[in-house]
Amino acid sequence: MKKRSLFYEFKKGLVAENPVLIMLLGLCSTLAVSNKAINSLSMALAVFFVLFFSSLIIGLIKNIIPDQVRIPSFILVIATFVTLADLFMKAKFPAISKALGPYIPLIVVNCIILGRQEAFVSKNSLAASLMDAIGMSLGYLWVIVLLGMVRELLGFGTIFGVRVLGSWFKPWLVMVLPPGSFITLGIFVGVLNWLRSKGGKA
Amino acid sequence: MIEKALIIFLAATLTNNFVLTYFLGLCPFVGVSERASSAIGMGFASTFVMTMTAIIAWIMDWLVLRPLHLEFLQTAVFILVIASLVQFVEMFIKKTSKELYKALGIYLPLITTNCIVLGLALIGSMKNYNLLENIMLGFGAGIGFTLALVLIAGIREELEFRNVPEPLKGAGITLIVVGLMALAFMGFSGMVTL
Repeated sequence: MKKRSLFYEFKKGLVAENPVLIMLLGLCSTLAVSNKAINSLSMALAVFFVLFFSSLIIGLIKNIIPDQVRIPSFILVIATFVTLADLFMKAKFPAISKALGPYIPLIVVNCIILGRQEAFVSKNSLAASLMDAIGMSLGYLWVIVLLGMVRELLGFGTIFGVRVLGSWFKPWLVMVLPPGSFITLGIFVGVLNWLRSKGGKA
Repeated sequence: MIEKALIIFLAATLTNNFVLTYFLGLCPFVGVSERASSAIGMGFASTFVMTMTAIIAWIMDWLVLRPLHLEFLQTAVFILVIASLVQFVEMFIKKTSKELYKALGIYLPLITTNCIVLGLALIGSMKNYNLLENIMLGFGAGIGFTLALVLIAGIREELEFRNVPEPLKGAGITLIVVGLMALAFMGFSGMVTL
């Protein structure tokens, strides 16, 4: 494997290997909580916290974990940080925690996190793993926040709770319901593929 | 009580279909749903694991975690229960039925990280269901998952022969089709609620 710069490890998560739009990982949380921009942002920050610290701990201890119990050990580390994030949000932001419901504890099985540990952290240096974690989290963040903004704008006429469209606008209720979520994300995937094919890079 | 359990079963299958309203279990949705036959295999393997999870997670939750006030360990305990359950089921099937193992074996490891299983355990616990209701929730969610998976696999097999715009091929069109299916399933809403 050729050596790549730390900046590359950071940058690839944003577009080229975007966890949601290209690799289609972590779709459950992306689709579920993106009915409002603020929920999306909270979810993305929770994922960032869990991914960063799991990568840090697993990067430090990966050499002493026997290969056979690798996956259960990874899951336990991840579950620890997810529990921390969950309890923190319950204590400090009860309203958002209630809106996100089971999706915060469900970060444990978010394929982005376990997938990065298995595919990247276990094979790369600690510094590269941390850059990868930050890049992947940001890649997740922009997609879910943009999705949240589009859905909130069309579904409620607001962005981050601020009214953008006037009273003439009749909200598209379907956008905040599950079908709107699937269709908007499908269109996002299509638009990104179209832009990439136009840009001529693979 | 039986009546409430039946309502939960119907709701988990149709009105509150775990895939189409809670967005759980989407990873195999995009991956496995290309062929109807593998969709059925995955669906039944998941239904079995989910029903078992509903039983064991309930026992751990009500007989161990809650009496000892260890609710904060819930997430970690549930995921461990699921991982060991899947491992156990895999070994059990391998020993008892070669046929069944051939049919379901390859799907089993995937189920551990399927959020529908953990989601089921968490939702059941949040709603404070009793054991029977929890089993119905698990079984119903599994049947609902199978139903959605098989339907979408059928549509995707057809889509292969259709002229889909290049950028939407694969994931894009699948998500849009699932969205339209979710829209159709909303027709069931109001029938029963969870």
